[in-house]
Parts: sequence; structure tokens; C-alpha cells
Amino acid sequence: MTTIDAHHDHHDPNLAHHFDTPEQQFSSAKLGMWVFLATEILMFGGLFCAYAVYRGTHPEVFLYAHHFLDTFWGAFNTVVLIASSFTMAWGVRAAQLGQRGLLILLLVLTLLGGFGFMIVKTIEYSAKWEHATFVGPINAFYSMDGSFTNEDKLHHALEYGEKKMHKKIGHVAAADAAIGLQDTTAEVMHLEEGDHAVSAREQAEQESQLIAEVESAANDRPAPPEHSDISRPQVAPAGLSELFQDVGGQPEPFVAVAAAQGHAVVTWDMLTDRGKSLVSQFFQIYFMMTGLHGIHVLIGMALIAWILYRALLGQFGPKYYTPVDLVGLYWHLVDLIWIFLFPLLYLIH
Amino acid sequence: MSQTIHAADDSPHEPHAMPLRVLFGVFVILLLLTFATVAVTWVDLGGLNVWVALIVAVVKAAFVGLYFMHLRYDNPFNGLILVFSLAFVALFIGFALIDSIEYQPAFDEPAIVELGNAGG
Repeated sequence: MTTIDAHHDHHDPNLAHHFDTPEQQFSSAKLGMWVFLATEILMFGGLFCAYAVYRGTHPEVFLYAHHFLDTFWGAFNTVVLIASSFTMAWGVRAAQLGQRGLLILLLVLTLLGGFGFMIVKTIEYSAKWEHATFVGPINAFYSMDGSFTNEDKLHHALEYGEKKMHKKIGHVAAADAAIGLQDTTAEVMHLEEGDHAVSAREQAEQESQLIAEVESAANDRPAPPEHSDISRPQVAPAGLSELFQDVGGQPEPFVAVAAAQGHAVVTWDMLTDRGKSLVSQFFQIYFMMTGLHGIHVLIGMALIAWILYRALLGQFGPKYYTPVDLVGLYWHLVDLIWIFLFPLLYLIH
Repeated sequence: MSQTIHAADDSPHEPHAMPLRVLFGVFVILLLLTFATVAVTWVDLGGLNVWVALIVAVVKAAFVGLYFMHLRYDNPFNGLILVFSLAFVALFIGFALIDSIEYQPAFDEPAIVELGNAGG
């Protein structure tokens, strides 16, 4: 800096010598940041493309697997990120107006938001790790050449999914799933006899209605010779999978049936073998998308910590606040991506 | 390139600070829209649900971009970069979807034959 000052008497220490004015320097920096953000969007675009292709070709798999995600934590994290985006935007304003104390406070709050987000993400990821639904080949649903490679973990993961489904949609889905998992043989017999046995289970009126409707639809075709068994994924499952197949793999008829009851619910037994083999793909996509996003949150937190340090040194003011502005843009982009990730991963309907 | 940068110099020299009223307003709107996107899942709209969720997300993104990211008051070129990146992502996903949905039945065929025999 001193060398520059030696050349120009009234030189702004923050103005690089290849820029004419601070304004020119600021708008070039901002342009460069936006070009970088565009490359970030294109990078995430690849993952959104993977999401769109797999959801577009197998929506029933996504409908089933999204039950493993907790809407409460997802919504909580959305609010945390929006709040920290708000404090960041306010922080830029504080820097522009030279409110140093306020800028420091707002940057601390923004950083806390980042910590809050990562803590919740840790809670979510730990639950996935515990219940064998983590990323990669250790996932209980991981399948290769038509068979599950972690069959020993599958039952536990299914029970966990049932529990989460119960929490997310209510007991209708859980009851349906429980019937499929625990009492499959009896269910096949009842299907053959056309007996609406579910009502005998003393379900609530609404629940039995849904299941009865689903059964009557299923009765239009003969029951498969052998019922599904989670330890033998190659065998065709009973349930609604055939409905999907009858119309060339399109799940709309079932969704319409369930939707008429107000419950578009897909359980494990409704999935075809092919669908079951694709469940792990949902988890791989979930972890790749939220993982890359989480890395961005961590980078954003490091940048905010750096800005906070410089703010404590009193380096920002109305004449020079470019780093605060650009880190703010990065943090907002992280928020923007989460705004799309949350409904696409947690709120599949 | 230098011309573009010089064009940006026409903006006022004093930094444009976002009014607090606007920042708070956008914050509240974003919270309400987050609640709305969760609440929509309590109502079944069939295939419409995903589109409602996406439209709400786009509206939220627009508020973040225009106000928190300051695009409304910036050199429009910055916003143009954002719009172009989104357009190319849309093009990419659109073509990939057309292709994959077209050929998916070929991949799923073995499963259909197997279950077709079982289910008649």
C-alpha cells in the first residue's frame, strides 16, 4: 500500500492501480462475483438434472423414499437460512452506512445461523447413519444386479421408514405399511377372497375407506402367485405395483385413487421390484445435493468469519464494503439453492 | 468489456443502502411463503402440488434475488447473468428429461414382462 501511496498522493488504499475509480472497481468485482455465482448455479444444475430425470421416470420411488426425511427439520433449516440471509443483507446495509458495531453484531448472527443449519444437518445425517440410510453402498437399499447388497440391514431401514412415514403423513400410511410388512400372507388371502379385511382391524373410518378403495382396485386382477418378501426382492410383490404396470408403468391411476382420499401415499409394498431397487438412488441424490449445499454453507461460514475479522479491524465503511457485499451474495445464493432443495426433497407429494 | 464497466459508473456514487423497511418486509414475506409451501402439502392437489411448490420457490428466489441480492437496483447486466445461467440449466434439464422419459420404457420393460406374466 505504501508503494502505491508513494506514486499517488491522494490514493485510496483500497483502490487497485488498474482501476480508475472505486465505483469501477466495485462494479467489476460484483460482475466477477455474478459470473462465479452463475457457474455455481450450473454446477448445482447437474444435480437438479439428475433429480429431475430420476423423479420424472420413477415418481413413485421418490414418493416412497422422501418419507425418510423429516419435514420439521427441513422447514426449521429453511427458516434459519432465510433469517441468516436477512441478517446478512442488513449487514451489507450496516457496512454501507458505516455502522461498525451493528455490522459486527449482524455478521455474528449470520454466522450463528450457519452453525444452526449445520447442527440440524448433523442431526439429520446422524439419523440416516444410524438407520442404514446413509450415502453410498452402505445404504440398506443399495442394490446391484437386481438384489440388495445389505439385506441384513433392510428390515431395520424399512421399520425406520415406516416410523417416519407415520410421523409425516399420519397413521393411514403407517397402518397400510404395517399390513404389508407384518401380515402379508393374510393380506393376499383377503385380496383373493375380495374380503375387505381391513375393516376388521378396527381402523378408523377414513383409513379403512382408503384401504378398501385400494383393495377393490387391486382385486381387478388375480393375486400374484407368491407374495413379496423383503429377503427375496426378486419375487413380484402383492399390492398396487401391478396397477402401475397395467398402464405402461405410469403411476397416475394409483395416485389418483389415493388422492381421491386425500392421501397420496406410496408404501414399500406398492413398489415394483424395479422400484425397490431404485430407492437407494433417492438417498444418493439427497446426499449429493444436500452434501454439496452443506459444503457451500461451510465455505460461506468461513468467508463470513473472515469478513467478521476484518470488520473487527474496522476495515469497512461507506467507501469500501466490497468484500461484505460479495460474501453476502454468496451467502444469499446458498439460501437460494436451499429454497429449491427443501420443497423438492422434503415435500414430495 | 471495459465499456460495460464504464457504463456501470453511471450509477450514483453514494452506495445504495436497502431501506430497513424493505429488508424486514422481504424477510416476513419469505417466512410466510415458507409456511405456505409446507401448508400446501397438507392439501392434496394431485399433480399440481409439485408445481405449486416450485412456483412458491421461484417467488421466494425472486424476492431474495431482487432485494437481498440487490439486483433490482444493480447494473442489469448482473441480473442478466443470473437469468442466462437459469435459462441454460432449464435447457439442460429440459432436454435431458425429454430424452430420458422417451427411452425409459425400454429400461423398465423387463420388470413389466415379469409382472405382466404374474398379474395377467
